Formats: sequence, structure tokens, C-alpha cells
Amino acid sequence: MNPIQFVQEQLLKDRSSETVKPGDNVNISYKIIEGDKERIQNFKGDVIKITGSGRTKTICIRKISNGVGVERIFPLNSPSIVDITLLKKGKVRRSKLYYLRALSGKKARIKEKKQALAPKVEVDAPQA
Amino acid sequence: MTSIYDDAGKYIACTVVEAGPNVVTQVKTDDTDGYFALQLGFGEAKPKNTSQQMKGHFEKVKTTPKQKLVEFRDFPLAKAAGDKVTVDEVFKPGDTVHAVGTSKGKGFQGVVKRHGFGGVGELTHGQHDRQRAPGSVGSSSYPSKVFKGLRMAGRTGGERVKVRNLKVVKIFPDQNLLVIRGAIPGHNGSYVIIEKK
Repeated sequence: MNPIQFVQEQLLKDRSSETVKPGDNVNISYKIIEGDKERIQNFKGDVIKITGSGRTKTICIRKISNGVGVERIFPLNSPSIVDITLLKKGKVRRSKLYYLRALSGKKARIKEKKQALAPKVEVDAPQA
Repeated sequence: MTSIYDDAGKYIACTVVEAGPNVVTQVKTDDTDGYFALQLGFGEAKPKNTSQQMKGHFEKVKTTPKQKLVEFRDFPLAKAAGDKVTVDEVFKPGDTVHAVGTSKGKGFQGVVKRHGFGGVGELTHGQHDRQRAPGSVGSSSYPSKVFKGLRMAGRTGGERVKVRNLKVVKIFPDQNLLVIRGAIPGHNGSYVIIEKK
């Protein structure tokens, strides 16, 4: 096996099963260390890009905090990430949503993707 | 290269080195050569591409032909010819090592990249088409020549480079892998010598 792949499999956390996609609204809970105390902080926003693959994947989250746009890149393999929750699926047509940076207010919203309903199962009506 | 997390949770850039198994192909002693050294062989070579003389050299220690042979003076372990040297015998995490390799070839490069010249630094005030030029190479009638060794443009990279004081972060004894913090000269898959400080 490729030695680099081997080292990554041994030492890096695998979160490649995360199904987060660009345009999704997510909440990332991660540990931060203040002095000698540890606490959990949340970062909630839209995924504007995903780079890398496998165990070196990173996602960039953008949110508007007090009227200022804030972007943060999280390596998905990071041990300090406690939880990633998907809040809303977004309906977008590209993989890198850089155009959001130029927009503000109502224009900077992402349309929510409505989940397709489960196909109706036809139940044979009992014969009268 | 790849990145791993250290104990403090910091993301650090690392190079993965496959450092073995090495075979002792020759033992040089005070009696035979006037100094003590071990010659180690690494990587399998094709027998059809190995010369008869080298085949004899490998047969003497009953091993298959090796790709690379490197001599290490005053090797810390006492080994006989034909013995294997594995990673965990020599290194442990936290060790300081030097890495010797052949740097990536850059081709013909100008003085800014090759020697770190500053360039002209201005686009205006009469400068045109010479932002990365080397400037004057000497005076006029005296000395009437350009001194030897003056730094100029030319072939860059592709030479032996030693990077000192790198730290071993982790070892994998079964796979003979070393994970070293920082970059090491050379392209992916190139041969390097890792020396313990």
C-alpha cells in the first residue's frame, strides 16, 4: 500500500461518510481550549466549498456574524470536531459558492431543497 | 507529504519515509579499511540490470541485488554482514535527524529564484522590461573582467541538499515507516538518507 495512505489511515479520523454538500446549512460543534479548560463552541452557517478527498477533506463554512461575513475552514479529520449536524439541504447549481460573498441580505439566501417524497406504495384494495 | 495531529491537537505537516528493511552488505573495520562503517542496501534491483561485479558483492552476504548502497560511518549498532537493520532499532519518536536528498530540478532559472536577489523593485522611474534583472556584474576598465563565482542565472536544483534538525514524529516498525515533521529534499518517491544527529 502507498505509505502516505497507510499513515493517513492509521492516524487521521475518517469522516468521509459525511454527506454534507455545498449549499447545505450545517452546525459544527468543536472543542476549544481556553487556558486549561475545554469547552464546546458551535459554528453555524452555509457550506460554500468542499476541497480534498478521503481523509484530508476540508469544508468551508460561511456565516454572517453581526453583519460581518465570517468564513471558517474545518479539516473534517480534526479530532476537535465533536459533531456535524445538517440543518437544511440547499438547492444550488455549483460546487463553489463564492458568489455569496458579493451578496448581502435577502439575496444571500440559499433556497432550501425539498426532499423528494417517498414513492407511494400501491396497496391492493381488498376485493369487494 | 501529509499532515497529522500531534498530542496537543496541532495539525503538523509531515513527510513519510520508507526506511527499510535495510541489509548490511559490507562491514568495514579498522583492520580492513582503517575505519569502522556499515554499508547498507535498500530496495530491490532487477538481477538482469545488476553487473556481474555487484552480483558477486551481494552473493557474498547472501542477499538479493539492491537498488541503493550507502555507507554509514561509525554506525551505532554492531551488525554482521547480511543482517537486517529495521527502523525501530535505530530511530524512536522524538529523535532529531538530518535528511540528505537530491532537490527537485528547476531548470534554468534567473537570479531572483536562484539566489534570492530582490529584483529591481520598481515598475516606473525608467524601469522597463527588467524587473527581475541581476543588475551590474562589475566595474569597467578596472578590473576589466567579471569575477569568478559571481552569482548569475543558471541551472537550479537537482543537487545534493541536507536539511538539518528534523524531528521524528512517529514510527511504524512493521511497515518500516518514519513520519518526519517538515519537508525533505527531492520529489515524491526519491531516495533520501536519514542520519541520526
